Amino acid sequence: MALIHLSSPHVSKANSTARVMRLVLLATLPAVLALTFFFGWGSLIQIFLACTFALIFEACALYLRQRSLRFFLSDGSALVTALLLALAIPPMAPWWITAVGMFSAIVIAKHLYGGLGQNPFNPAMVAYALLLISFPVEMTQWNAPFVLIGDSWQALPSLSQTLAIIFNSSQALALDAYTGATPLEVLKHKGSLTTEEIWRSSDVLNQGVFAWYGVSAAWLMGGIFLIYRKIMTWHAPLSMLVTLFILASLFYGGDPSNFADPFVHLGVGATMMGAFFIATDPVSGATSNKGKVVFGIGLGILIYVIRTWGNYPDAVAFAVLLMNLSAPFIDQYTQPRSYGHKHSSPTRGGHR
Amino acid sequence: MSRIFSFHGGIHPPENKKQSLGADIRLAPIPTQLILPLQQHIGKAALPCVTIGERVLKGQKIAEANGRISSSLHAPSSGIVTYIGPQPVPHASGLESDCIVIDTDGLDEWTALSPILDYQSMNKMDLINHIRDLGIAGLGGAGFPTDVKLHLGDDHIVNTLIINAAECEPYITADDALMRERSDEVLAGIEIIAHLLKPSHILIGIEDNKPQAIKALDHALRTSTLNIDICVVPTKYPSGGEKQLIQLLTGIEVPSGSIPADIGIVCQNVGTTAAIYRAIFKGEPLISRVVTLTGYALGHRQNYEALIGTPFTTLLEAAEVNRKALFRLVMGGPMMGISVNDERIPVIKTTNCIIAATKDEMPPAQPAQPCIRCGMCEQVCPASLLPQQLFWFAQGREFEKAKHHNLFDCIECGACAYVCPSNIPLVQHYRFAKSEIRTEEFEQQKASHARIRFEARQARLEREAAEKELRRKERAEAAAKQQAERKLAEAAPKEVSTDEEKATQLKQLKTAASVARTKLKKANDALKNAREKGLEGIDKLEATILLLEQKANEAQQAWIDAGGEQN
Repeated sequence: MALIHLSSPHVSKANSTARVMRLVLLATLPAVLALTFFFGWGSLIQIFLACTFALIFEACALYLRQRSLRFFLSDGSALVTALLLALAIPPMAPWWITAVGMFSAIVIAKHLYGGLGQNPFNPAMVAYALLLISFPVEMTQWNAPFVLIGDSWQALPSLSQTLAIIFNSSQALALDAYTGATPLEVLKHKGSLTTEEIWRSSDVLNQGVFAWYGVSAAWLMGGIFLIYRKIMTWHAPLSMLVTLFILASLFYGGDPSNFADPFVHLGVGATMMGAFFIATDPVSGATSNKGKVVFGIGLGILIYVIRTWGNYPDAVAFAVLLMNLSAPFIDQYTQPRSYGHKHSSPTRGGHR
Repeated sequence: MSRIFSFHGGIHPPENKKQSLGADIRLAPIPTQLILPLQQHIGKAALPCVTIGERVLKGQKIAEANGRISSSLHAPSSGIVTYIGPQPVPHASGLESDCIVIDTDGLDEWTALSPILDYQSMNKMDLINHIRDLGIAGLGGAGFPTDVKLHLGDDHIVNTLIINAAECEPYITADDALMRERSDEVLAGIEIIAHLLKPSHILIGIEDNKPQAIKALDHALRTSTLNIDICVVPTKYPSGGEKQLIQLLTGIEVPSGSIPADIGIVCQNVGTTAAIYRAIFKGEPLISRVVTLTGYALGHRQNYEALIGTPFTTLLEAAEVNRKALFRLVMGGPMMGISVNDERIPVIKTTNCIIAATKDEMPPAQPAQPCIRCGMCEQVCPASLLPQQLFWFAQGREFEKAKHHNLFDCIECGACAYVCPSNIPLVQHYRFAKSEIRTEEFEQQKASHARIRFEARQARLEREAAEKELRRKERAEAAAKQQAERKLAEAAPKEVSTDEEKATQLKQLKTAASVARTKLKKANDALKNAREKGLEGIDKLEATILLLEQKANEAQQAWIDAGGEQN
């Protein structure tokens, strides 16, 4: 028998990109459950739609790029993008929002830049930012969590009603009956009221906020699972959350009547999802551990600044895109110190 | 017990060590033919000192060390030298290299040995030369000639002697078995090294997956007067890498581009210490070693004491190989070993393990997927490099950047490729980049040599041209002077006083006249020829002839004037 002649190492860990992606998908499960529990069937339908569109667009793009369909479709990366976008948009958003989002994520943000591993921006966040700017009405119509409507989740629209809303059929009930502002929107448009007053007067804040906390806790669970399984490291999420917390505490401590308290910043909006599932995207983030810390700090600052003084209530997508832009720059200056070297040797601008 | 530090990264691959530890070290059979590569060590190849047809005895020197960093070679058994020339050898390239081939006679007849019983009273230099003479080289990985490490310059003071007994690669148990069964030899070897280097600390670094070896060493140490610490380190690949073990045991990093001796540390493999013991107390050269035979294509997985030069075939057959199941043959460990595609290649001084793997055990690599920069490689890199960045640079041929990211600090341990979820053969990419950079640097060196040569040549040509110009000027000046003198002489011909001068002048004038006549004649011939053939340019020739006629007449006249007719 002819012996195989290969260079070392001759063994490798049973690991694959597909396995990594499967674990990420698995880690989103708590969030999927929490969103469905609090906000109804919408998220599940969006996931189904997004995955279908993602696979179709991925297959088309691979075909046009003359790549192996089976090899690249099986890596699961398109599904991760699909899932993240589906969970980021309002659960009752019309179907075409998902379609447009997946097109811009898979075709524009990913394949036009060279496919898996080559995209400078996080595809899901590119899609989210594009949708938010292009379709602000559809993208801000979050339905209210059941805690604001009735006693149990049965108060939420049924599966058929949800399908009718998403596919915009004539039998659909007016979406307005279900939608309400998100806590961040309420806080953004509090006008002359103090934080405490608005908190007391708004149901969304004093009751509904627990739904948002629940979803955030679910994201946190998934994130801890991924860190435990060594799919990602703690550096970017922790530094982002700590930065956001410190900034929020400073402003809240200085002027509690005008600024939201730090736990609200951590618990509502896309903070937890962003910290564990977006900031940790290896392709578009910084590389080294030190770089990831810088990346996370940058995210924390940008999220707070945009949320507090910007025009949009939430800021994760914009902050991520801005930090994606800076990632190559961060990489240049955050090389780790190699064994046997006194200092890390950043490839400075002058270096060729 | 001294403190144990840690190093960055590392992995925990399946150990697969138990398979080969079921039985004691077994003596491998003497093969009918021994193949001894002249280059089994780092440095220059040894020079053969036997001839074809010569009978050699076991332990007889057959090749001499060539230069300071080189190692001599000895016949592992008695027999006849039948061939000296290229043979397949264990090298990653798969290329052939010069070997001495001995057909054994089965008598295993020893040459006279010269053991040293009282080494402590011996001159150190003689002791080191004795070790060098017996061909002792590092048995761990690279095969560095041991005498070089024992004979350090005066600028190197050894504080710490580290005995590398980590054996961190999966599958390999050769050192483990050696320590279990011959711990007294190991200890005696350490004592000899300590006598030569006089270190203030002696540390034995051993992974915690070898409890029996630790016990055996501990037992042997009780009789020793030396202060030796057994440092048990957690099992983690590559803790046995020289730099990693130094960091584990001392917390010190060997500066990039330096050797451990520069910071007062010398590392010796545990197998080497036993070889030193045998060289001193028994006078035996390095002609055999412990080799782990393992892998699921073998019926008997265990350690063998094999003669250097034994072809793998002999060992595989002794271990009852199942050739149908054999898929990959690896010399060394699964992480850094080299795959071998020819069973005939021989055991050399650095062959610590032979893995005869089945397809299930070491399946062919999966096709590589795109790098998603997940950074798992970075988390396991023991040199704290950025493997994924190095990969991008190697792939994009940005070698300058790869160098700035410390590519040359990569020890090629393979931890990054082991964890890569995209199955990218990272180490191959680094080897490629390193060799490209080395080639480039070599080319640059060659180019700069060529430039220096070219500039030297240019300078020489310029100097020569200047000298020529100077000489020409001198000549022109001399000629001008002469002419001036001649004019003066013409103005006053009477000045030509002596007969001799007159004769010379006459001769010159006569020659000039005859030259002028010859030229005229040639021109006339040419004219005639041209007229006969009706060629063009006749008018020009005619004009020339007129001129030449005039010149010839003038010359004739000058000669006559000078009194030439008399001759």
